[in-house]
Amino acid sequence: MKYIDEFRDGGLAKKIAARIVREVDPRRHYHLMEFCGGHTHAISRYGIPDLLPSNVHMIHGPGCPVCVLPIGRIENAIQLAQQAEVILCSYGDMLRVPTHRGMSLLKIKAQGADIRMIYSSTDAIKIAQQNPQRQVVFLAIGFETTTPPSAIVIKQAQALGLTNFSVFCNHVLTPSAISHILQSPEVRQFGWVPLDGFIGPAHVSAVIGSRPYEYFAEEFQKPVVIAGFEPLDVMQAILMLIRQINEGRAQVENEFTRAVTYQGNLKAQHLVAEVFELRRAFEWRGLGWVPYSALRIKAAFSDFDAEKRFQIPALSIADNKACECGAILRGIKHPKDCKIFGTVCTPDNPIGSCMVSSEGACAAYYSYGRFRQTA
Amino acid sequence: MISTGNQVKVSKTAYIRPLDFKKGRVEMAHGGGGRMMMQLIDSLFLTAFDNDMLRQMNDQACFAVPAGRMVMSTDSHVVSPLFFPGGDIGSLSVHGTLNDVAMSGARPLYLSASFILEEGFPLADLKRIVESMAKAAQQAGVSIITGDTKVVEQGKGDGIFITTTGVGVVPEGLQISAERAQPGDKILVSGTLGDHGIAILSLRENLTFHTTIQSDTASLHELVTCMIEAVPTIHVLRDPTRGGLATTLNEIARQAGVGMMVYENKLPIREQVRAACEFLGFDPLYIANEGKLVAICPAAAAETLLQTMQAHPLGSEAAVIGEVIEDSHHFVQMETSFGGQRVVDWLSGEQLPRIC
Repeated sequence: MKYIDEFRDGGLAKKIAARIVREVDPRRHYHLMEFCGGHTHAISRYGIPDLLPSNVHMIHGPGCPVCVLPIGRIENAIQLAQQAEVILCSYGDMLRVPTHRGMSLLKIKAQGADIRMIYSSTDAIKIAQQNPQRQVVFLAIGFETTTPPSAIVIKQAQALGLTNFSVFCNHVLTPSAISHILQSPEVRQFGWVPLDGFIGPAHVSAVIGSRPYEYFAEEFQKPVVIAGFEPLDVMQAILMLIRQINEGRAQVENEFTRAVTYQGNLKAQHLVAEVFELRRAFEWRGLGWVPYSALRIKAAFSDFDAEKRFQIPALSIADNKACECGAILRGIKHPKDCKIFGTVCTPDNPIGSCMVSSEGACAAYYSYGRFRQTA
Repeated sequence: MISTGNQVKVSKTAYIRPLDFKKGRVEMAHGGGGRMMMQLIDSLFLTAFDNDMLRQMNDQACFAVPAGRMVMSTDSHVVSPLFFPGGDIGSLSVHGTLNDVAMSGARPLYLSASFILEEGFPLADLKRIVESMAKAAQQAGVSIITGDTKVVEQGKGDGIFITTTGVGVVPEGLQISAERAQPGDKILVSGTLGDHGIAILSLRENLTFHTTIQSDTASLHELVTCMIEAVPTIHVLRDPTRGGLATTLNEIARQAGVGMMVYENKLPIREQVRAACEFLGFDPLYIANEGKLVAICPAAAAETLLQTMQAHPLGSEAAVIGEVIEDSHHFVQMETSFGGQRVVDWLSGEQLPRIC
């Protein structure tokens, strides 16, 4: 099929795998972080580890928007949704994320809260128009990919003069998170993360371009290959990273030329800049407080800012102590290293955020790869 | 109401306004046990499902039991939207239960039908659904011989819920059951996967994507009869409805205490279904089917079974998709088209679309 099968050709995958085997240096190890949960999902779903030499290690990064939203913000969303006049609109896989109390949006929905699963941010606008007596809040989360649609609905709400619509903004930024992984003191407390290169997220880069990654390549001497989410994209990116590492290069390369340019989507960038501004710091689940890593709604659009309309309190709530999500999101530990993985913490009863979304490292490993543990 | 033996006729002197099947709506009284309920039963259900046993209007149906082992299965049907490309809740409620009976190798004989209607539900929709049920049952050669009707207040239902119960008879000597799956057996499916689920999803509120995919809802017992005639040693039959193929294979693996290996490049999945799944972030293996079955048989009989299935209109796209293996963990695994392996796990809750 066009645009699907071409990037899942097993024969081509074997050829790339053979090339990787030829080119890896058997005397060294390659630790490659796929930042984005989309890559983690593809790697697990297509069994890519089976095609790689044992000295090529894929490390799952923090690039799952569901996984990195801290408990305090989820608790905020739950408290919002429990207000009788509020209809809370959320993307699907956010609904299952557990809080410290074992609650989730799905659980309070079952208790009677009006929570609507939406597929597009513009659906939230429609719901606001259909329910003028209710306050409709869109729980906006995600990286640079989902930020422009949130900006669009805020501008739409303003143009329509909606007085019952607001956005609870939790958008976060990819480059800040990568910097944090590479240089934060908290990460050093966990121990040294052996990272030799990054696979950069394609959807994010379709918006911000490849340019923002040059900083890592130069400052930290880490090669970056921006790759699509099809399994062949990932295989090709691994090969490109291995070549760079072997040659001692640390550059930004673009595997996903079919959608990513150097500058990115300038129109989307301008839209985001018009509506949002940087927060000085934002708490990430598993990473702690990361400076300049998230966006908030600008004052010009404050009428549509749920944080202001509902005076949402700042809550900082610690993860379950037994949960190793923090170390897993930083690439220091593998899901199977966590004591509660697959026993107390499963996709049916997630304790940590990595077990919730299908893009979370633990959920992907549990659902697709745990037979390797038993082999 | 006048009863003359097995015949029931509405008296012409019963001064009651006829049901308005164009603009009328279900009222509480339609489930209240009084004259209006009798009118609904008489002018809709009896007319549509007409058969000797139903016409007797008893609270039960009495029928002779043929030789063999009886099979009984019940299923409640809640679906949104009620009408979808290729079917509706009515035909679905017949096919679903008949298939559950047929998966034991039984020939389905009779059905019961229980309706929970929401006050305010359009009578025109009810008539359309009931007539669709009647047509599906007639095509399957099965009679709906007893039933029940309740009405709940507006806001306490979802328009209409239908529960059907089916009975059938398994021929002597036939043993088809999940625990009979053995290492070395082959796994077959009768056709393309995920068609019903995607047809339904394409009409969901807030989700407007265009597809020509139709639900595969169908009664499979004729196909099953042909399969059993050709290969009486079939070990397992099951229809992969809610939860899709992945859930069905996991259920069988657990019941039989075996593992399974499925080959991704052998799975029949329509291009449109695959594209819709990509768009939504779903896996077609977990998408519901309503007119497909999974068969597990000894390897030596697999080719015969495949050819038999392919010769039947409801199995024309049948395929051998994998095999039963030994595995103490009862994992269902897949050899991906990409050359790797992965677990095809139980679904956790509902499939939820990914954010990006």
